[in-house]
Parts: sequence; C-alpha cells; structure tokens
Amino acid sequence: MRNVWIIAKRELDNYFNSPLAYVVAFAVLLPMGIYFSLIVWVSAQQAMMGGSPPDSAPLNWLFVFLLIFLGPALTMRLLSDEARMGTLELLLTAPVRDFELVTGKWLGAFLFVMGLAALTLVYPLIINNYVEPRIDWLATLSSYLGVILVSAALLALGAGISAIFTNQFAAFFVTLGLFFFLWFMVNLPAGYLPSGGDVLNYLSVSTHFSQSMNNGAIALGDIVYYLSLTALGLFIGTTAIEIRRWR
Amino acid sequence: MIKVSGLTKDYGARRAIDNVSFDAQQGEIVGFLGPNGAGKTTTMRILTGYMPPTDGEAIVAGYDVVEESLEVRKRVGYLPETVPLYNDMIVFDYLKFMGELRRIPNVEDRVEEALDMVGLYDRADGYIGNLSKGMRQRVGLAQALLHRPEVLILDEPTIGLDPSQVVEVRELIKEIGKERTVLLSTHLLNEAQNICDRVLIINKGKIVAEDTTENLQARLLGAERVTLRVRGEAEDLLQTVKKVKGVQSATAREDGAVEFEYSSGRDVRPEVARQVVNAGYDLIELRPIGMSLEEIFLELTGSDAKRK
Repeated sequence: MRNVWIIAKRELDNYFNSPLAYVVAFAVLLPMGIYFSLIVWVSAQQAMMGGSPPDSAPLNWLFVFLLIFLGPALTMRLLSDEARMGTLELLLTAPVRDFELVTGKWLGAFLFVMGLAALTLVYPLIINNYVEPRIDWLATLSSYLGVILVSAALLALGAGISAIFTNQFAAFFVTLGLFFFLWFMVNLPAGYLPSGGDVLNYLSVSTHFSQSMNNGAIALGDIVYYLSLTALGLFIGTTAIEIRRWR
Repeated sequence: MIKVSGLTKDYGARRAIDNVSFDAQQGEIVGFLGPNGAGKTTTMRILTGYMPPTDGEAIVAGYDVVEESLEVRKRVGYLPETVPLYNDMIVFDYLKFMGELRRIPNVEDRVEEALDMVGLYDRADGYIGNLSKGMRQRVGLAQALLHRPEVLILDEPTIGLDPSQVVEVRELIKEIGKERTVLLSTHLLNEAQNICDRVLIINKGKIVAEDTTENLQARLLGAERVTLRVRGEAEDLLQTVKKVKGVQSATAREDGAVEFEYSSGRDVRPEVARQVVNAGYDLIELRPIGMSLEEIFLELTGSDAKRK
C-alpha cells in the first residue's frame, strides 16, 4: 500500500505544478463564496420574520454540484496522459501492481478535492459565530461525510475512465457525460414509470446525498452505495490497465 | 539470468516475434541487433513484465515474467526506447519518485550516485522538459541503474547522443556488464561489436544468427571491400583493377569509382594502387567500406532478400 501513497503524493504535487489545480480551486471557491454571501444575506432578512438560521447544507450541495463539472477536469489526465506520454511503460515495469497504480492516481485526485472541501469548512465556522443557538455540528458532519463519499465515488469513476483512453479530452467528455447522467438523468423517469422507479432512484448519485446525508441522515445503504461506486471505478481502471498490457 | 524459450507475441493478426529462444548469463552483455520493426522492443517489453507473451516462456533473474512479474520487475532496470519521462518534474524528484517505488533505502544518496554515474549531477535541479535529447537519455539510464538491478535491459541506449556521450555511455554499460547481465538493442553494427560479448541478430521476429562478436565479425568480414577513385575519365580502370592478383571481384559504379573485394587474409591494396598509378591514372581515393547492416542481413537471411 506504500506504493499507493507514493503515487498519490506525486499526483498531488503534479496538480500544483500545473495551472489546473488553481483553476479548479478558483472555479469552486468563487461560486461558493458568492453563494455563501447570498445565503447569509437571505437568512438575515428571513431571521427578522423568524426564519431558520443558515447552515452549510446548501453550500455542500453546491460543492458536489460543481464537482460534477470540475471532477472530470481533475481525473481526465490521471492515466490517459501516462499512456499518451509513454510513462505508463515506466510504471508498468516498476514493481507496482496495476491496482496500486490506479488507486494511487485516484487518491491523488481525491486528496486534492478533500483539500478544497477542507477550505469550505470556513463557511460553517463563520455561520457558527453569528447564529444563536450554535449550528448543528452533527448535521454539518453528516453533510461533509456525504461530500467525502460522493467525491470518492465520482473521482474513482473518473480515474477508471481515464485509464480507458489515451486522449485526455475523450476521457473528460465521457466522464462528464457519466457524471451528468448519474446526477441528473438516471432518476428523471422514475416518477413517470408504473414500476421500477425505485431502482432508478437508487442508482442516482444525487438522491443518496441530497435526500439523506446532506439532511443529516446517515444511512448505511448510502455509504455502501458510494463505496461500491468507488470500488467499481477503481476496478474499471485496473481492468483497463490490464487490457492495455495484453494489447 | 535471462532464459527465453519459444517466445511468441501476436499483435492481432500480425506476429511480432516468432518462437524466439536465447539466454544470457551473469556478467554478459548481449546485443540485440536488427532493423526497426524486427521485434527487439517487443521482446524487451515481455522480459520487463510490461506485456505478457502470446506463447513461450521467459525467466529473468530466476523468476517467470508472467507468473512472478513483480519479482522480475524488482530485479530489472529498463530503459524504454522512447525514454518516457515526466517533463514537468525536476530531474532529482523524478529519480527519487522512481526510487521510492522501488523501495530503495537512502534513496536520495542513491539518486545522487546514479546522477553521478551518468554525468548529470549538475542538472539535478533542472526540469526534465528543458533537457536535450542526450540528457533525457541519460536520465532514463540513471532511472534504470538506480536500484542496482541484476538485469539491465536497454532499448537503443545510445540513440540521440552526441559522439562523446556515446563513448561515455558505452564505457558505462561495459563497466556494469562486468557484474550484471545486460541486454541491449541496437541497429548499429559497430555498437554491437564494440560493447557486446554476444550478438543476437533478429529479423522479422526471428533470430537469424547468434554468435560471439568475434565470430560474427569473422563470418561477415570474410572479404574486405574497397572503393577506388581516380581523377578524370577512366575507361580501362576496371580492367586494370581486375588484373591484379588477389582481387576477387570488381565492379564499376555509376559515378566512375570502382569497388573491389579481396579476401581479408591478403591485403592487395598496395598492389592495386601501384598498378593503377603505373597505368597512368591519378589515384585520389582508396577507401575500405564497411558492410552496412542491410548487407549483413542480405548475407544472413539468404537469397530471398537479395532481389532488393
């Protein structure tokens, strides 16, 4: 498992060596900052009429929503670029298992996103200073657990798709399409179908987050769902690398 | 240290290597000689655990490349032909990264040692993307040497280097080859002669000849070939050369020069020169021409290729 960490560390360094990390951080933190101001402002207005105090749930929803679009940018070149540059040949002839390689790549992207998520902790901290009573930290914790799990799952799928392609833009668009589908599309017909709607709802990435953990309800089923998706993504990536070897 | 038997690899319908067998002992430098597309890189990629063979078996450093790939990879140093490197990394960091993956103790000392060996110590803090091709080649070599591997597999190690660097790298390989097993590929005959103890000639996926460098040289250089040129018109030059005793064959080239061959035991050049001068020509060039790889292949692969 040390190999996973060594690869993840290099990947993390690599993000900060390229403009990508800063562009993504900017694209996440700017809308969140604006949204945060809006929420505080609206809540302040409503508080006069006895509205509920603000919490971090809508902010974390926005974070995950932005991840649908920015996640593919973070994962697109994880393995596709290694294949394009030929450096995959170095990694595949080093004493590293294919699984460790894919997991390390994923972990690098995951840690970067976790760093961003950690920066957003500043918002509940600010809110906490201004509301009476203090904000519900357990609900906040549940919401952040959701962010961690959703990020892990999406980035693993992205890493897996990146291993299939040699062209990073192909990886980007396929990943974006898949995220979009899993977030918005898959449960759309659920309400119209005579039966089977539950299955579609179950498959949706958003329902397991928005309707449960982001509302302060931690359910084992949701955790299992996200961990399964993470495992699936890493499995796809490992298999794609193995197929590359056989070609 | 390397034992290969019946190795075959198909890419779809195309057979890249066909039933290749050879071995290499410890302390031996074995050269893989062949034109582009002959199957050198494919064979090396199988031996380094990068890809599995379609058929056959390869044992490297005592482990099977398919069954115990990780063990093989721990003991092999590999320089791929394209020298893939991370351009946005610093030389030192890159080598440290590769060293960490190989679990080298005191990795920073070993990186410095490897950089010293390839003469890149002063560029350790530079970005790989800013290096010249020759320097990249040496970074790749440092990476292959980093973990002091038992088996070193080098795909075209001197390609892209300038002449003085070529000499340095060859000396380095010879030094390493004293204790370890080195398998290197090249399409330069003189390189194979220069550094290898034994040469495998591969063409169209098959090994067509395997011999020590000396034997191969003797086999190939059974006859010496010389080109001769005189000033001005020379209608009877060919006849003059042909008449000299010991000249095996002589042909006139389109540009007016004459090429002749003689058996290597008996040097007829002084006599040819004398006769040409006596016949009243101004001799301006008498130059031995080495056999090109192309010609060696014609020699080794027999008549079917000779039509070219």
